[in-house]
Amino acid sequence: MNGPAGDGAARDTAELAARRSYGRLVAFLAARTRDVAQAEDALADAFAAALADWPAKGCPSNPEAWLLTVARRKLVDGSRRMRTGEAAAGQLLVLAQGLEAMEAAPDIPDRRLALMFACAHPAIEAGIHAPLMLQAVLGLDARLIGSAFLASPAAMGKRLVRAKEKIRQAGIPFEVPDHAELPARLQAVLDAVYAAFTAGWADPAGLDQARRDLAAEAIFLARIVSELLPREPEIHGLLALMLHAEARRPARRGGDGEFVPLDEQDTALWDRRMIGEAEGLLRQARSLGAIGRYQLEAALQSAHVHRCRTGRPNWEAVVHLYDALAAFLDSPVVALNRALALAEWQGPAAALDAMPDVETDRRLAGYQPYWAARAALLSRTGARRQAHEAYEIAIGLEGDPAVRRFLQRRQALLGA
Amino acid sequence: MQYMLMVYVDEAKWPAMSKAEQEQGLAAYGAYIEALKQADVLRASGRLQPSSASTTVRLANGRPQVLDGPYAEAREQLGGYFLIDVPNLDAALSWAGRCPGAAHGVVEVRPIWSMTA
Repeated sequence: MNGPAGDGAARDTAELAARRSYGRLVAFLAARTRDVAQAEDALADAFAAALADWPAKGCPSNPEAWLLTVARRKLVDGSRRMRTGEAAAGQLLVLAQGLEAMEAAPDIPDRRLALMFACAHPAIEAGIHAPLMLQAVLGLDARLIGSAFLASPAAMGKRLVRAKEKIRQAGIPFEVPDHAELPARLQAVLDAVYAAFTAGWADPAGLDQARRDLAAEAIFLARIVSELLPREPEIHGLLALMLHAEARRPARRGGDGEFVPLDEQDTALWDRRMIGEAEGLLRQARSLGAIGRYQLEAALQSAHVHRCRTGRPNWEAVVHLYDALAAFLDSPVVALNRALALAEWQGPAAALDAMPDVETDRRLAGYQPYWAARAALLSRTGARRQAHEAYEIAIGLEGDPAVRRFLQRRQALLGA
Repeated sequence: MQYMLMVYVDEAKWPAMSKAEQEQGLAAYGAYIEALKQADVLRASGRLQPSSASTTVRLANGRPQVLDGPYAEAREQLGGYFLIDVPNLDAALSWAGRCPGAAHGVVEVRPIWSMTA
């Protein structure tokens, strides 16, 4: 122990430990029992104990080990109270072995990746993968997660509890899959990380602090995966994709808070350091020799950066990148973006022909970017009345007031 | 399942807005209603007169007591409603998030009692 620390210092140390090690500790505590909720409760008790003890007694030299020891005792106590007979004996043996292992090796093995694979297991409903990871690995609360994923806090809380119950009862393993199985299962983890990022990205104004943090948390999750699986190219692709998007955040709004589309953004506001890191990651991914969805999406982001740096658009290359992406992803969004790139290469009429049709793909009916893109292309071909109608639907589907005003200005410019 | 989206807004803000801003605001609601119709979820909607036009009635000692003004004196008042029919709460919340009123006031989402249940 160091000397007595003030309340502030103790809180800072606890917060730092929480930020750096929350997921590591939950993963380690739950690895044997597979009981994530129980591990979270024990850890919450340990943090509370830390905040009570550390200000008076000083911060421990290894806060993580201290927290782990206290949390383990809570687990053993809880287990003693709750279980009887043989089950209790087995449980206690498992816990005691864990304690010994921990004392023998002060470096807590990093099982966060295994925890993420458990959270993104195919037996768990796909829509809850990202929220579950945010809670189990980063300790975010259900209220914040519910808000970012547009679900009621109570409903999100219940779904999280149910998912953790399933991990425990169904025997979902805490392990990184075998090499043969890894690519397919890794995809679910990456998709969940990306879903967390897009939930945070959906608030471009950055007015909602909680959501902005969510994008940063997703990048943090991706960094964990990339550190633990450095030979997997897609994780570097995903990290590059998110950094490219995040780098442009300061340029997405004008000084008056108004929405600024990508092709009108002041590139001087883009974060060079993040772009540099993204480009490096993309090169690293390419050197590993297996292309995938996220690398292609990152390459597309990179193409935008290239255009702004050299002033020379290469729309043909962009269209081909989208063609390649379509091979990985049956998504109307990809088809839509491809059409927009095609408009720059071969004109708006060709793009409208190539666009997916809402009659054949009902997923597009409620998708704002589809209607906004359609409206923009129609106005370029001179079909002002149809463009006006498409803008109307896009405006009605948009939730962000600044984007809505932007679309309204575009609609007004038609003069129809 | 039916949900009522109740839009609460600060009534003082509307008259303070410029004509252009008011038109933009109304157009946003128009587009929102259009989108609700396109998705075939809208069952009813209405914009309410300001709460200064409100009259409140209750029985006091068995006799109707009529009071001038809204039931609750608050800065934000019920300004309009949308009755929508969607599969679940998450879908209702998604529509509430797109409502222009969510940006300058609050939108309360409440399920309607189901008569068949």
